[in-house]
Amino acid sequence: MRVRERIKPFGSEKPQPVKGELIIIEDRCKGCGFCVEYCPNDVLIVSDKFNSKGYHPPEVVHEENCRYCGFCQLVCPDFAIFSIEEKAVESKSNTA
Amino acid sequence: MEAIITQQEAKRHPMDNLLRMDRMPHIWCPGCGIGNAVSAFADALDKLEYNLDKLCVVSGIGCTGRVAGYIKVDSFHTTHGRAIPFATGIKLGNPDIKVVVISGDGDLVSIGGNHFVHAARRNIDLTVICVNNFIYAMTGGQVAPTTPTPAYTTTSPFGNFENPSNVPQLAEAAGAVYVARWTALHMRRLTYSIVDALKKPGFSVVEVISPCAMYYSRINKLGDGLDMMKFYYDHSIIKHGEPTDHLEIDYQKEIIVGKFVDRERPTYSESMGKWFED
Ligand SMILES: Cc1ncc(C[n+]2csc(CCOP(=O)(O)OP(=O)(O)O)c2C)c(N)n1
Ligand code: SF4
Ligand code: SF4
Ligand code: SF4
Ligand SMILES: [Mg+2]
Repeated sequence: MRVRERIKPFGSEKPQPVKGELIIIEDRCKGCGFCVEYCPNDVLIVSDKFNSKGYHPPEVVHEENCRYCGFCQLVCPDFAIFSIEEKAVESKSNTA
Repeated sequence: MEAIITQQEAKRHPMDNLLRMDRMPHIWCPGCGIGNAVSAFADALDKLEYNLDKLCVVSGIGCTGRVAGYIKVDSFHTTHGRAIPFATGIKLGNPDIKVVVISGDGDLVSIGGNHFVHAARRNIDLTVICVNNFIYAMTGGQVAPTTPTPAYTTTSPFGNFENPSNVPQLAEAAGAVYVARWTALHMRRLTYSIVDALKKPGFSVVEVISPCAMYYSRINKLGDGLDMMKFYYDHSIIKHGEPTDHLEIDYQKEIIVGKFVDRERPTYSESMGKWFED
């Protein structure tokens, strides 16, 4: 469940900030810059490198600030970026 | 081993089950807003948890017309302007299927304008998502009925002097029960409007103001997709319930967005059922 769809953690002990891990499918990116411009936490920058089509994909520079809001995924017209909840993956791999 | 599978599963794109990712990258130009409209539509389907076997997407011809090919449900890429009559047939023959038309401004309001008007009049149970980029993009940037005055296009080399169509007003006047407009950057609001439109029985219309970063932008020197997106978003004013005759879009001026019409009228199928019942 995305951050903004959660019930607010009023009353619970110390609410932990939600963290996201970013996945960029670089070769799908067309370098439009929407994700970089509209990430509310400035997690991304336009990288200097080229992908196989010659576009500059985004690069993660402040993953620690990612709050798994999902906006980059929604705003990417090329379906090239998304975030997953960091905790969820960790706990899943721990239990296995 | 299991942990690896979980990791990989977690790393699949969340829209994998809704979009044909095997067909990516899609044909749309960098910075084109059509992908955003698709993204909002997919997110709306995700929120509604629809049975995808009971959903059908119909598109006409144009850049936006290509949407049908990228959505992982039964979808049809019809002839130019004929998405609505095709969708009407599907709906009347299969009343339990939700039918969505996603197409361009030229396809829906120009060559398909008459179908748009009469489907709205009959209140056929369809949701229409109209991606308005103010131009016939796919064919090289000709003037469309939605092109604002005095924008340049390849067929209005001295600027467009024609009076443009106002899509929400047209939809309301013809009888649509739900009409909303957002830009392609209002992702959350657009998603919720699509959810509302899908839930609403009858003819619902969601207009998406979207940058054509190739033809409309180049000839008018509007910069790249990001510049256009920013401009449209920054110049949009949310006014829910605004009378639709106030919704003309002037060239590079403010754009009124929001939900304008939400009313009840008997659908075509309801009227028919009632008629033959008595
Ligand atoms: C009967 C017919 N007339 C004309 C065309 C050429 N044609 C293809 S796409 C198009 C315009 C599409 O414009 P729009 O619906 O706004 O889509 P966009 O490309 O802007 O997304 C036209 C005129 C056609 N394919 N078929
Ligand atoms: S999920 Fe939200 S915070 Fe994280 S990179 Fe994407 S837009 Fe930024
Ligand atoms: S929004 Fe998508 S296509 Fe655009 S730069 Fe970001 S990852 Fe690339
Ligand atoms: S020509 Fe315009 S509308 Fe068509 S894909 Fe390119 S930017 Fe989008
Ligand atoms: Mg168009």
